[in-house]
Amino acid sequence: MPRAIPDNPVGAPAAASGALETRDMLLNVGPAHPAMHGIIRIVARLDGEQIVNADVEIGYLHRGFEKMSETVDYNGVIPYTDRLNYVSPLINNVGYSMAVEKLLGISVPERCHYIRVIVSEISRITDHLTCVGASAMELGAFTVFLYMIKAREYLWELVESVTGARLTVSYCRVGGVKADLPEGFANQCRQAFEETRRVLAESDALLTRNRIFVDRMSGTGKISADDAISYGITGPFLRASGVPYDVRKDCPYASYDRLEFDVPVGTRGDNFDRYLVRMEEMQQSMRIVEQALRDMPPGPFQVNPQTGCPLPASEMVDQAKVGNIPAIRDAYAVTDPTLDGSAKPLRVSIATAEKRVFLPSKEDTYGNIEGLMQHFKLVMYGHGTRPPKGEVYFAVEGANGELGFYVVSDGGNTPYRVRVRPPCFAIMSALPKLIIGDMMADLTPTFGSINMIGGELDR
Amino acid sequence: MIDLAVKVVLALFVFFGVLNLAALHTWLERKQSAVIQDRVGANRASILGWRLMGLFHPLADSIKMFTKEDIVPAGADRILHTLAPVFSVFFALVTFAAIPFGDRFLLGGRVIELQVAKINVALLYIFAMLSLEVYGVILAGFASRNNYALLGGLRATAQMISYEIALGIAVVGVIMIYGTMDLQELVRGQGQNLAGWIPLWGIVVQPVAFVVFLTAALAETKRIPFDLPEGESEIIGYFVEYSGMKFGMFFLADFLETILVACLATTLFFGGWQVPYLTSSGFQFPWGATLPVSQPAYVLLGVVSFSIKVVIFCVLFMQLRWTLPRFRYDQLMRLGWLGLFPIAVVNVLVTASALAFLKR
Repeated sequence: MPRAIPDNPVGAPAAASGALETRDMLLNVGPAHPAMHGIIRIVARLDGEQIVNADVEIGYLHRGFEKMSETVDYNGVIPYTDRLNYVSPLINNVGYSMAVEKLLGISVPERCHYIRVIVSEISRITDHLTCVGASAMELGAFTVFLYMIKAREYLWELVESVTGARLTVSYCRVGGVKADLPEGFANQCRQAFEETRRVLAESDALLTRNRIFVDRMSGTGKISADDAISYGITGPFLRASGVPYDVRKDCPYASYDRLEFDVPVGTRGDNFDRYLVRMEEMQQSMRIVEQALRDMPPGPFQVNPQTGCPLPASEMVDQAKVGNIPAIRDAYAVTDPTLDGSAKPLRVSIATAEKRVFLPSKEDTYGNIEGLMQHFKLVMYGHGTRPPKGEVYFAVEGANGELGFYVVSDGGNTPYRVRVRPPCFAIMSALPKLIIGDMMADLTPTFGSINMIGGELDR
Repeated sequence: MIDLAVKVVLALFVFFGVLNLAALHTWLERKQSAVIQDRVGANRASILGWRLMGLFHPLADSIKMFTKEDIVPAGADRILHTLAPVFSVFFALVTFAAIPFGDRFLLGGRVIELQVAKINVALLYIFAMLSLEVYGVILAGFASRNNYALLGGLRATAQMISYEIALGIAVVGVIMIYGTMDLQELVRGQGQNLAGWIPLWGIVVQPVAFVVFLTAALAETKRIPFDLPEGESEIIGYFVEYSGMKFGMFFLADFLETILVACLATTLFFGGWQVPYLTSSGFQFPWGATLPVSQPAYVLLGVVSFSIKVVIFCVLFMQLRWTLPRFRYDQLMRLGWLGLFPIAVVNVLVTASALAFLKR
């Protein structure tokens, strides 16, 4: 639906101040435009190079996430949340799971909290790397982008080793996480961070004191703290304007209250401050992960082979199917730790013991009647997780700002309503304000600093 | 008749040499950016399994460009739309005629200057051609009937005109020192040595002019950090409505311009075909040693020296292109008019006073 832009219609002569008659140019930026990643459309009215008016049109990536969520059970929503902010899907996973847990009133083991913090922070780094890298690329510094994507690759390898996937992770569950961290994760993490730090230092050297970059970024896309708050902007964008609001500090969730980290704050609220805030946040995130790995309560990564009888999971399942229970009573299944059905002791450290929400381990399902019943009660049609009637809002600090999930339950096994508060929606509503008065060339860095993610904006 | 034949041979040599260098430039761009960015770079194109580090990619590119559909947007001016890329390439190519790439040599009693056209105001000719080349870009912007292309054309016009002035004034200092506008003579003038050791190249006597010239010349090539007319992520560029070989010609013109600027920088500031301490009779080192060199070898060394210098400049430009971000329009204008222009003017004044003082 093309909305009419106020001011003078296309082609009509603008107020001619001099002898020459001038006309504004109507420029349609997007939806197919190299800088409009995530697909949006901006209809800009240009006076020479200056943007005098702009109309932002969103909605090209609407997939009906919220409606879709009402049709599946509570755990079934998790794969959909992967596709909200697809640059940091783990944070969405965590946010949604914690919202439903709040609704159910259950708590998860400490180790699970720490794991969630670790994966969230790794995701935050990947998100910021993408954002800063893409902004730099749009200013012509293509090399920085590839450096940052290289660093992101190391981190995605970490994510892959934990979740088994790079993007569609579906790692969290209501009441826990899918699987524990793999063996040797701390070591792997240290190496990846070493590489990431190197890349960040390189990029910092290429950008932070680069006169062209600083000139392009500072003073453009400015927003004051008051304006940012009134638009409902959160996250790095708000912090760059000088407001130290961070969900992790102001209403800590998971184990953030036990971890030490700083919240970087800007002063001018322009693109350059946003860049600096993001660069610093990546360092802080690495600090958080390192602390979390150190403080995390130990989990039994693997049962001592001497105390039990190792049995391949497939064989155990076969034995159980033919009722040969005594043979597998003392056995534990040998599976990939990232797959469901890992050893029983491993589960208690990463998932709640609540039978209402979490599937039992496979050896329980196949090994005893309680496990089987718990399994069926959760998976059979008409059963499943049934939170009490009520509604809950839970927010986590997404990479772009406050990522909130508002979940309403009518007591059934599917959510009555799931509403997402996507952080970049608020920022996008302020985009016209940010770009009007700037030049056409400033549109790209400003839009880049918003880090608009179509998946979460349009849902 | 023989004179004509010699000229044709020289022209063909320069023409194909430059075109090949431009093709190699695409390869260089791919490989060098790959090295900078921790990548392998283009290496897929092969003939009978031979890949030669991706050297066949320029060939594959040209085949692709020639076989693609040529689209002229509805409402565009057909003639100007077609003429624009031709303008760009033509004027970029003819400029090379005035560049001397070697000393004169004797062949069958004939003196042959290694220069396609011996013009006594070669610098003026080059600047004239450079100015005309802008028309290709402007026409592309205006004839495409596309707002993005129009913006690109506008930016290109402003940028080229502003920087050409700084470029021209920067060169004035060099002209004053060597007292000639004939590039061949200018290069010969750079053959002396300062205090016996330092070659009296343009950069030694005019370092400020060199910096101004290099900056302005980079702006002329329309490449990052001065790629505003293209500004891919902002306005896509003046060639947004071009496809196939017409687009390829703009691309080619860009590479030709880069090479041209490298040639000019070499000729004006790095002694052109001069080899340090090499005179037509052989090497005469400042520590007294001499090494006789035959006449053909002397000329050949000159051509090699010229080519090496040009390639070094190309590599330098490439390095800048893959390191720096892009300027904004107003910042570019400020740099041109408030930075380079005054510096160039002051440089001319200082040079003039110094020359007047020394002559007295």
